[in-house]
Amino acid sequence: MTVRTLTLDGEPVSAREDETILDLCREHGVPLPTLCHLEGLSAVGACRLCLVEVKGSPRLQPACTLRAEEGMEITTSSDRLRRYRRQLVELLLAERSHVCAVCVANGRCELQEVAAAVGVDHVRYPYRHPVTALDASHPRFVLDQGRCILCTRCVRVCDEIEGAHTWDVAGRGAGARVVSDLASPWGRSDSCTACGKCVQVCPTGALFEQLQPAGGGVKRREFLTFRTRAREQGPWGR
Amino acid sequence: MGALSPAGRARVATVWLGGCSGCHMSLLDLDERLLELAPRLDLVYSPLVDAKLFPEDVEVALVEGAVCSEAHVELARRVRARSRLVVALGDCAVTGNVSALRNALGGALPVLERAYLDPGNLQPQLPAAPGLLPRLLDRVLPLHQLVPVDLFLPGCPPHADAIHAVLLDVLAGRRPALQGKVRFG
Ligand code: SF4
Ligand code: SF4
Ligand code: SF4
Ligand code: FES
Repeated sequence: MTVRTLTLDGEPVSAREDETILDLCREHGVPLPTLCHLEGLSAVGACRLCLVEVKGSPRLQPACTLRAEEGMEITTSSDRLRRYRRQLVELLLAERSHVCAVCVANGRCELQEVAAAVGVDHVRYPYRHPVTALDASHPRFVLDQGRCILCTRCVRVCDEIEGAHTWDVAGRGAGARVVSDLASPWGRSDSCTACGKCVQVCPTGALFEQLQPAGGGVKRREFLTFRTRAREQGPWGR
Repeated sequence: MGALSPAGRARVATVWLGGCSGCHMSLLDLDERLLELAPRLDLVYSPLVDAKLFPEDVEVALVEGAVCSEAHVELARRVRARSRLVVALGDCAVTGNVSALRNALGGALPVLERAYLDPGNLQPQLPAAPGLLPRLLDRVLPLHQLVPVDLFLPGCPPHADAIHAVLLDVLAGRRPALQGKVRFG
C-alpha cells in the first residue's frame, strides 16, 4: 500500500491511499464540525460544514469526500472557514422550525452541538417559519419535516444497510423534502421494514419514536460500529 | 462603567416580554449568589420590583421574551435607548422560540381563535380592550430583529450559572465571553 504525505494545518502527516482528509483530522485530533457524515455510511458532502482549504485550489472542499493526496497542504481553520461554518449553521436554523425547548432531540441534537461549537449564539437571518408537514402515520416512528436538515443519513442507512431504500429526496432548494416510497405516507410504505435505523442515525429531532417526550430521544448506533468493524477486520460477527 | 447610582452601584434592569418567566426563575435560581450581588447593583426596573416606567441611564438590561405585541415593540425600543448594554436573555428573546410558533400558523388571529373561540368554551369571545390590551403582532420577532442587542444568552431557560457569569463580568466592566458554554434549548 502506498503511503501519502501531506500537511494538515502545517503539520506533516501520512495517509493510506483510502483515507479522506476527515479521516486524517479524526486520527490527529483536529476538530472539524460535521453533520451529514456518519462513520459506517457512504460520504456525500451534503452539509458543507467540514469544508477545508486546499493550497493552490480556489475552491473550498468538503473534507469528508476529499481523498488525501501526495503533497496536499490542508488548512482546517481560518477566518474565512469559521465565518462560512457559522453562516451554514445559521441558515440551517433559519430555514425550518427549530424550537429546541419542545424538541425530542433537545440536549442530544447534533445540530445544537455544532451550533454551540462554531459559536452560533443567535441567527442573523430572518427565520422563514415555513409551514411543514409532520408524518405520524407510521405505527412506530414520526417524521417532523420542520427539523430536517436534509443530511440524507436516513436515505443512506435505509439503502446501504437495511437494503430497503424507503427514503429519497424530492423537490429542489428550500422546497426539498425527504419522502418515503414516492411521497406517500410513511405508514403506508411497502418497502419499510420498521427497523428504525433511519431514526437512530438522524442527527436532529426530525425522525423519532412515537410517544417520546421533549428531550427524550436516545440514538442507538451500535449497528454501524459492528458493520464498520466487521468490514475492516473480516469476521461478520460481533 | 457608565450608569451608576448615587451609592456607586450599577443600575441593572430586567425586562419581561413574550416569555414564560422561566428566565426570571432561572435568575432567582442564583439563590445565595443574589445576596452577594445585591450590594453591588440597584435593580431599577424588573417584574420583581415595583417600577412602572423603564428609567433612564441603565447600565445593563436583561431582556426575557420575544417581541410579540405592540407594547413589546415600544418597551424594547425604550430599553434599547436607555441602556448601555442590552442582553437577550433566553431562547425566546434570542430566537423567538415557543413564542414564535404562531408565525407558521398564520399569525395572531388563528391562534386567538383557536384558544378563545373553541366550541368547548361557554362564552366564546376574543379578548378586546382597546387602549388596555396591546394588539398582538402577526409576526413574532427575536429581540435583535427589532433593536441592536449587545449580548446573547441562549437557553430555555439559560442556566443560573451562565446568568451569574454574565452579571459578574458586566459588574467588573469585562465583556462576557460565552462561546462554547451555552447552547439553544
Ligand atoms: S432538531 Fe436540534 S436544533 Fe432543531 S429544534 Fe430539535 S434540538 Fe433544536
Ligand atoms: S425504519 Fe428501516 S426500513 Fe423503514 S424507512 Fe427507516 S431505515 Fe428504512
Ligand atoms: S430526516 Fe433526519 S436523517 Fe433524514 S435527511 Fe432529515 S435530518 Fe437527515
Ligand atoms: S460532513 Fe462533510 S459535507 Fe457534511
